[in-house]
Amino acid sequence: MNILVLMKQTFDTEEKITLTDGKVNEDGIEFIINPYDEYAVEEAIKIKENDGGEVTIVSLGPSRTESAIRTAMAMGADKAILVENEDIPLDEFSAANILSSVIKEQEYDLILCGHMAVDDGSSQVPQRIGELLGIPYIGTAVKVEASGTQVVVERDVEGDTEIVEAVLPVIIAAQQGLNEPRYPSLPGIMKAKKKPLERLEIEDLNLSDDEVQPRTEEISIYLPPKKEAGRILKGELADQSKELIELLRNEAKVI
Amino acid sequence: MSKKVLVLAEVKDGKLRNVSYEALSAAKKIADGGEIASVLLGSNVEQYHSSLGHYGANKVYLLEDPKLDLYTTDGYKEALLQVINEFPADVILVGHTGIGRDLTPKLAQSLKAGMVSDSTALEVVDNQVVFTRPIYAGKAFVKKTIKEGKVIATIRPNNIPVDEPDTGLQAEVIKLTYQPSETALLVKVRDVIRKASKGVDLTEAKIVVSGGRGVKSKEGFEKLYELADLLNAAVGSSRGACDAEYSDYSLQVGQTGKVVTPDLYFAFGISGAIQHVAGMSNSKVIVAVNKDPEAPIFQIADYGIVADMFDVLPILIDEIKKMNA
Repeated sequence: MNILVLMKQTFDTEEKITLTDGKVNEDGIEFIINPYDEYAVEEAIKIKENDGGEVTIVSLGPSRTESAIRTAMAMGADKAILVENEDIPLDEFSAANILSSVIKEQEYDLILCGHMAVDDGSSQVPQRIGELLGIPYIGTAVKVEASGTQVVVERDVEGDTEIVEAVLPVIIAAQQGLNEPRYPSLPGIMKAKKKPLERLEIEDLNLSDDEVQPRTEEISIYLPPKKEAGRILKGELADQSKELIELLRNEAKVI
Repeated sequence: MSKKVLVLAEVKDGKLRNVSYEALSAAKKIADGGEIASVLLGSNVEQYHSSLGHYGANKVYLLEDPKLDLYTTDGYKEALLQVINEFPADVILVGHTGIGRDLTPKLAQSLKAGMVSDSTALEVVDNQVVFTRPIYAGKAFVKKTIKEGKVIATIRPNNIPVDEPDTGLQAEVIKLTYQPSETALLVKVRDVIRKASKGVDLTEAKIVVSGGRGVKSKEGFEKLYELADLLNAAVGSSRGACDAEYSDYSLQVGQTGKVVTPDLYFAFGISGAIQHVAGMSNSKVIVAVNKDPEAPIFQIADYGIVADMFDVLPILIDEIKKMNA
C-alpha cells in the first residue's frame, strides 16, 4: 500500500512564545515533528511493515523542515517531497491548494496526517485537501485498519468512539492515542541521510494566482496578559477548604 | 452594511448545545439588521425551532431525515450546501465542536472560501468581521479577517456571551428534502460507542475538575468525578495522568489535547507544565491544590492550597454538599 503522510514541523511544545516586531520569534527555538503528524508517520510505517508499499512524506514549509523530514525517514519513511516556502504568506486555503497539487502527481492508496498542528491549531488543511482531491476525510482517528481496498477507523468524537468504514483512497487525520511513535534507531538515522528528498518551489506547481492567494489576513498577533499569581490560603486545612468555597462563591462568583 | 448569517444548530443528548446560542448571539452582532437563519439536521429536530427563534434566528431550515441522525462529514456538508443554495449567506458560523471542526473546513473549501477556526471573540470593524483566535494553544492570540468571499468561522464554546432570549420572537420554519449525492454516502458509520456519558462535555463545561500525576491511580479519579458531579462539572486531566493510564486521553487538557476556557478550573495534583498551562490558563478562575509549594501551577492560580489533594477533596465535597443542601 502506498501511503502519503502530510507532515509539518512545529515549535517544541516546551517553547515559550515571544514576539519581535509583532511576529512570533523563532530564534533559538527547538523544532519538532508536529506531535499529531508523528502519530501519522508511525501509523504509516506500521502499515508498510505489515503490507509492504512505500511511505512518502509531503511537507510545506521553510528549508529547516528538512530536519523533521530526516527524523521521519529515520523512523522508516522512504522518501519525501518538500515544497519550500520561506516567506510567501499562506493560509489554510492556499496551503491546501499547494499540497493537493503535489499529491495529485503521486500514486497513493491512503493519506495520513495529524488532525491539527500544535502551532496554528486551526485543523483545516486535511479536510480541505480531502475536498480538493474528492476523497473522504476521516478525522481524529484512534485506530486504523486498512486492508485491501477498505479501511475501518475508530474515531474519537468528544470522548465517544465512532467506528466508520470507507473505501480507499481516503485521508485520515490522527488523534492522540492512535499509537506510540517509535524513536529512530541509529541505523535508521544513518540510512535517512541518503533517502531521496525532492525539493519544489510553489512556482513549480501548476497553480493559478487565485489558488495561492490567501483568503484570510492576519491583522495582529499579541500575547495574553500575564496571569498574576493569586492567593495561597493559610491556616488549618478544614478552614482553608471552607474559605476556598466561600471565595469561589462570593468573591469570584463562579459556584 | 447588513449581512445574511447562517448558524448550524447542534443538538446533543436531546438538547441544543449552548455554543449554538453563542453562535446566534455572534450572528446578531454581525448581521447588522440582516437576516439570520439556522439549520437543524436529523430526525425529530423540528421541536428546537422555537428556541432558535427566541435567541435570534429569523428562519430555521429543517432537513429532517434519518440519514442525518449520525454525523458524517460529507453528509452534513451537502445538507448545508443545500441550505446555502436557498439562503445565500455572507457569513456562516458553526460551533468549534467535534462536528464543527470536522465539517466546516470541508464546507469552506467547497465554497472556495477562507475560514477562521476556533474564534474566541469577534467584532465588526469597517464592515469587516475581525476574529480573535488563540495560536500555540493560547500562548498567543491572533486577530484575523477574511478579505473576500464568504466569511466562515467556528467559535469556541464558552467565550461569546449569550444574549437574553426574547420569547416573543418566532422563526419561520422552512422544510427542505435532503438529497445526498453518492459521495455523501462513501463513509459509513458502523457504530457509536458511548464513553463520554459520564458528566459534562469538557470543552463546553462551565467548571472543569482536572487531575494530574498526583491523583496516583484510576480510583483516585473517582474522587474527582464525585466533586465534578456535585458542581455539574467536567473532568479533565494532565498528560502525565493520561500517560500513567489513570485517565483517558480524550480528557487531556493541554497543547496536545483539549484547550478549555471554563469559568472555574480546578487543578488537583497538577504541577503546571507549560503544555498543560497552555490548555487552561485562559480559564476565568483557577484553583490549584498541590503538595509542592514550588509547583509552577501556583504562579497562575487565583487561589492555591498547599496540601495533599486527598486531604482536601473530602472536605471540599462535604462543604459543597452543605452548600447545595
